[in-house]
Amino acid sequence: MVARVRVPDTVKRGEPFDVRIAIQHVMETGYRFDNAGRTIAKNVIHTLVARYDGIEVYRAELGSGIAANPYLQFWITAPASGMLELSWVDDAGVAGRERVPVTVRD
Amino acid sequence: MAADTPMKERRRQVLALAGGSAVLSLLPPGAVQAQMPTAPPPLGSGYALLVPKATQGAPVRAGRVTVDAPALADNGHSVPVRIVVQSAMRPDDHVRSITLLSDRNPRPVIVKAWLGLRAGRAELSTRVRLNGTQRLLALAEMSDGSWWSGQADVVVTESACLDGS
Repeated sequence: MVARVRVPDTVKRGEPFDVRIAIQHVMETGYRFDNAGRTIAKNVIHTLVARYDGIEVYRAELGSGIAANPYLQFWITAPASGMLELSWVDDAGVAGRERVPVTVRD
Repeated sequence: MAADTPMKERRRQVLALAGGSAVLSLLPPGAVQAQMPTAPPPLGSGYALLVPKATQGAPVRAGRVTVDAPALADNGHSVPVRIVVQSAMRPDDHVRSITLLSDRNPRPVIVKAWLGLRAGRAELSTRVRLNGTQRLLALAEMSDGSWWSGQADVVVTESACLDGS
C-alpha cells in the first residue's frame, strides 16, 4: 500500500505538531456489487497506530464511513528527535507501515 | 399468406402481455406505496439510540466540541470534517478519545481516535462518506470520565450510498 506522511521539517520540544497521512486504499464498504451482481466484500483499513520511538502516541479505528484513500491529520508532541512510525491493517489482513524521522529543535 | 396476418397479430398480443407482466414482476410488492413521498425524520433523530451505545450509557453534555464541516456537500463520497475539542491537554485534564458518529450511514461509527498524553492538541481532520443530508455528531471523552458533544449539519446533494441502500 502506498502512503504519504507529512510532518514539519523541524518541531519544537514538547510543542504539538501535526502529522498528516494519506493512504492509497479503496475502503470498500461492502455495500457495492460487481458486474455479476455479487457483493464486493468489505475491505477497509480498520486500525491506524502511531508510535514514537516505540511508544504508542495515537490510535484510530476507522470504519467504512471514511472516504476512499483515507486521509487523517492529528497532533502529537515529541520530547526529543526520533522516529515516528505509522502502521495500519485492513480487513484483508494487509498491513502497511511508514517511518518518518522527526527533528526536534529547541 | 392470408393466414399469416391473424397469426402475427396474435404474436404481438402475446409479446405485449409477456413484456408487461415482466415489468410488473420486477417491482417488489409494496413498491408503489414506497414511492409515495413521506417526510424525512428530523435531523439527528437517530442519536437517541446511538449515543448511549458509544458512551456505554455515560451522560453527555453539549459543548467543548466543535465539528467543522461544509454546510453543503455536492458529493457524499468525500466530505472534509474537522473536530476540535477545547482542552488544556495537561496530564490532569486531557481528552481520552474522540468519536465521530452519523445517524444516517449504515455503519454509524465513522472514526474513533484515542489520544494519549502525547497528543498535543485534541484535534482531528479527515474525509468522510455521508449517506445523504444529516447531522454529524462528535463525542469527546475527557480524562475525568465526562463526555461532551458537538454537531454540524451537512446538506448532501449526492449520497455516497447509491448502491444497495
